Amino acid sequence: MVERTPILNLFTHLILFLGFVFCIAPFAIVVIAASHSLKEVNDVPMSLLPGSDFWVNLQTAWTTADLGPKLFNSFVMAAGVAAGKVIVSALTAFSIVYFRYRGRTLIFWLIFVTLMLPLEVRIVPTYAVVANVLSPYQAILDVTGLSWLIEKISGVEVSLNLGLLNSYTGLIMPLVATATGTFLYRQFFLTVPDELTEAARMDGAGALRFFVDILLPLSRTNMAALGTIMFLWAWNQYLWPLLITTDASHATAVTELKQLIPNVGGMPEWHIAMAGTLIVMLPPLIVVVAMQRWFVRGLIATEK
Amino acid sequence: MEKRVTFSRSTIGILFAVPQLLLIFTFFYWPAGQAVYWSLTLQQPWGGGNIWVGLDNFRSILSNADYWHSISASLVFAAISTGLAMVIALVLAALTDRQLAGSRLYRVVLIWPYGIAAPALAMAFRFILAPEAGFMAVVNRFWPGLWDPGLDGVAAMASIIVAFSWKYVGYNFIFFLAAFQAIPRSLIEAAAMDGAGVVRRFRDIQFPLITPTIFFLLVINITESFQDSFGIVDIMTAGGPANATNLMVYKIYSDGFKGFDYSGAAAQSIILMLLIIVLTIFQFRFIERRVHYR
Amino acid sequence: MASITIRDVKKSYAKAQVVHGVNLDIASGEFVVILGPSGCGKSTLLRMIAGLEEISDGTIAIDGKVVNKLEPRERGCAMVFQNYALYPHMSVAQNIGYSLKVAGVAAAQRNQRIQAVARILELEHLLDRKPAALSGGQRQRVAMGRAMIREPKVFLFDEPLSNLDAKLRVQMRSEIRKLHRRLGATSVFVTHDQVEAMTLADRLVVMNGGRVEQVGTPAEIYGRPASRFVASFVGAPAMNILEGVVALDGISLLEGSRRLPMPRAGLPVGTKVAMGIRPEAVRMVDPGAAGAVEATVDFVEELGAGRVVYVDLDGASFSVVTSESAHPAPGSTIGLKFSPSDMHFFSSETGARLDFFVASLPEPVV
Repeated sequence: MVERTPILNLFTHLILFLGFVFCIAPFAIVVIAASHSLKEVNDVPMSLLPGSDFWVNLQTAWTTADLGPKLFNSFVMAAGVAAGKVIVSALTAFSIVYFRYRGRTLIFWLIFVTLMLPLEVRIVPTYAVVANVLSPYQAILDVTGLSWLIEKISGVEVSLNLGLLNSYTGLIMPLVATATGTFLYRQFFLTVPDELTEAARMDGAGALRFFVDILLPLSRTNMAALGTIMFLWAWNQYLWPLLITTDASHATAVTELKQLIPNVGGMPEWHIAMAGTLIVMLPPLIVVVAMQRWFVRGLIATEK
Repeated sequence: MEKRVTFSRSTIGILFAVPQLLLIFTFFYWPAGQAVYWSLTLQQPWGGGNIWVGLDNFRSILSNADYWHSISASLVFAAISTGLAMVIALVLAALTDRQLAGSRLYRVVLIWPYGIAAPALAMAFRFILAPEAGFMAVVNRFWPGLWDPGLDGVAAMASIIVAFSWKYVGYNFIFFLAAFQAIPRSLIEAAAMDGAGVVRRFRDIQFPLITPTIFFLLVINITESFQDSFGIVDIMTAGGPANATNLMVYKIYSDGFKGFDYSGAAAQSIILMLLIIVLTIFQFRFIERRVHYR
Repeated sequence: MASITIRDVKKSYAKAQVVHGVNLDIASGEFVVILGPSGCGKSTLLRMIAGLEEISDGTIAIDGKVVNKLEPRERGCAMVFQNYALYPHMSVAQNIGYSLKVAGVAAAQRNQRIQAVARILELEHLLDRKPAALSGGQRQRVAMGRAMIREPKVFLFDEPLSNLDAKLRVQMRSEIRKLHRRLGATSVFVTHDQVEAMTLADRLVVMNGGRVEQVGTPAEIYGRPASRFVASFVGAPAMNILEGVVALDGISLLEGSRRLPMPRAGLPVGTKVAMGIRPEAVRMVDPGAAGAVEATVDFVEELGAGRVVYVDLDGASFSVVTSESAHPAPGSTIGLKFSPSDMHFFSSETGARLDFFVASLPEPVV
């Protein structure tokens, strides 16, 4: 458009540049602080010219917080949640969109309600469930008197116990148990033309065939978007892994950050803390940069 | 919306939903029900039975000044951080949408913060805002003792607000920019032909058309300020000083897992759930409005 | 009312040039239609007049004043958009009156003018509705009203009828025509629909590939197409084209199977030319009639009032429009007859029109 707005343009550039600085500065400061020595990082004001201890600090942070295995744990958890969501949600959406059965509306609402209550607000009981994942079923058996019956008949006391604390399954499963992806797929399936289903049926494809040969390939972009967003979401989880990984071997990189908070007394080791922070924030940042399109698309689609 | 063409009336289709149903039953409905049960009983930590106490748990937390303090801290945190994150993001998105030179760079960079885990950015801001090193130390050199989040509750609250807002500016920016770009270009052009300049067009056309996004983000930001704040509080202030930043989720965590008061924590969870449900219902009323324009 | 002068106007984006030097003079009060296939640069040209696109090179002047650097609001143009571009959150009255509101016209006077425009367009009962509650035709009228209320010097139309169904399109066409007669404002109308173009235009501008192919009245464009592109783009069914080569004794057509005796008009032997004839200029006669060319019927399209007969003429496909009752069966042989004065010639190389007189019909080479 032909427009002469020099003052407004100047203002636009100025504000956007300030926004850019506001957004990039914390990253820059983390990188710079991570390159300083203990003395330099505690200088007031800290020098904004990078120091020379970058690699040393990274190594120290890496070994202090034992980040190798922790990053691996984070990766397993994030990939597990992403894969679980992509698969489970597709199946469910297929069921509620393409079939008519009794109770379908009930199932729809049961799943829909889970959107409302995030894990953070129900951590206490969820923790109890994960400690013994079969406890709900044990309780059902107990209440219905089935366990009493079984004990009478077989003489075996029914005690279902499967603890998922300190396990990948325990980390992953509760994070998969929400509806985010289901509704993304549902919205998409509803836009798939009915003619396509009819054509597939004319060609002799059954439900499963249609799902695998037609619906899933068409959903590829949605899967990429959902996978990206869920990977990031899971990677960045903090409260849940903090709770259920009492044993350090299953801790994730994000929870391990806490180990790097400098101790009170003595000179705070901010250079190591920042080096560790950098290592932990880098993988999701790489995903955001490399998968920007899917990330933005996934965010907007899952929230709708 | 319903499909006209479906596979069959048979119940085989339900099998596809079974994995998710099992998951949400085990990890959602059971725990949610359990939370209600615990909130109405006195729960012994590490098992050991429980006693039915009715609404006593609610009575006791609602008569606890610490709890009300936590609620008001959460609300202050929610209001200020949501306001900041939304206003800054709205301005940046509106200006980026003008598509002057460099806007593509801003579009890429401004969303980075949202990719960062709350505890990681909290660590970064803990350093940046540390009173003895980093950047606020410079301020303290000129006015000694002016800034100390470790002792001053207001400074601590300000710290977590800055950290949270920084992340959610990126999030809101994505949605605002998408909303601006969803406005047909021809509407802006028509307004330009009608004689409206850049500012007038924003006021009369663009802003009214993105109000649904504003309401939507308002609810999401408030909800996230209850949840995603946990990592920030835990790393930056641990609820202190003197409970100044003891936000609701953090209090549930510390009462339940550090204080082993499962019943109190469960009751607090129920109250928080109700709060979020109310917000969500509020949001749905505005989602209807969003459909309205089309 | 205003005249528009377009001089050597070019438009290029980062990668491609889309308008290559257009020159055009539009007289005050004239209704000019720019016609061309999609991607020919016609909308870009219109948007450059409006000020919605920067002009890369050349000048556009409205009433003698160069407007290249003027913002849209300073040019005195109003535009009707293809998708109407109505503000979805404003009522019909607010949509129509928005430009006056921006201009600071007092509410009372504004309402008066909204009422006046609504009366002309028969929108009075819809003034309180939102665009979403209107039918396509009603939206179209609101878009017109929004343009009219400003009493602009120039009306610009960017394919405004393409989203309407066929019946409504015909109706709106005549209404636009009536409005133009009543308001007398200079109008530039962009379309890819040739019927729309022919019926609306005082003068037609045919564009292709970012260039103006021909400017003229609809009758001139139809009767004397300046290029092979114009010849085949204007008129339905499209003009029949037969490729030929200039030979010593005339023009040899259809790979030498037929010969057109004629003066060579100074064209060197071997020059490739194309001969065109409109389907409506061809007459069907009995095979073997004097001076007739024989052809085999491929199939027939019934149009109700007449029919289009598609025939095979020595391997080339050829169409004939006939209103006679004759209904030739596919596979049968018919005779075709056309007058030499209806033939058009174009250079195969440049597509430009070649003017020479042909005295007789093509005849078989013995």
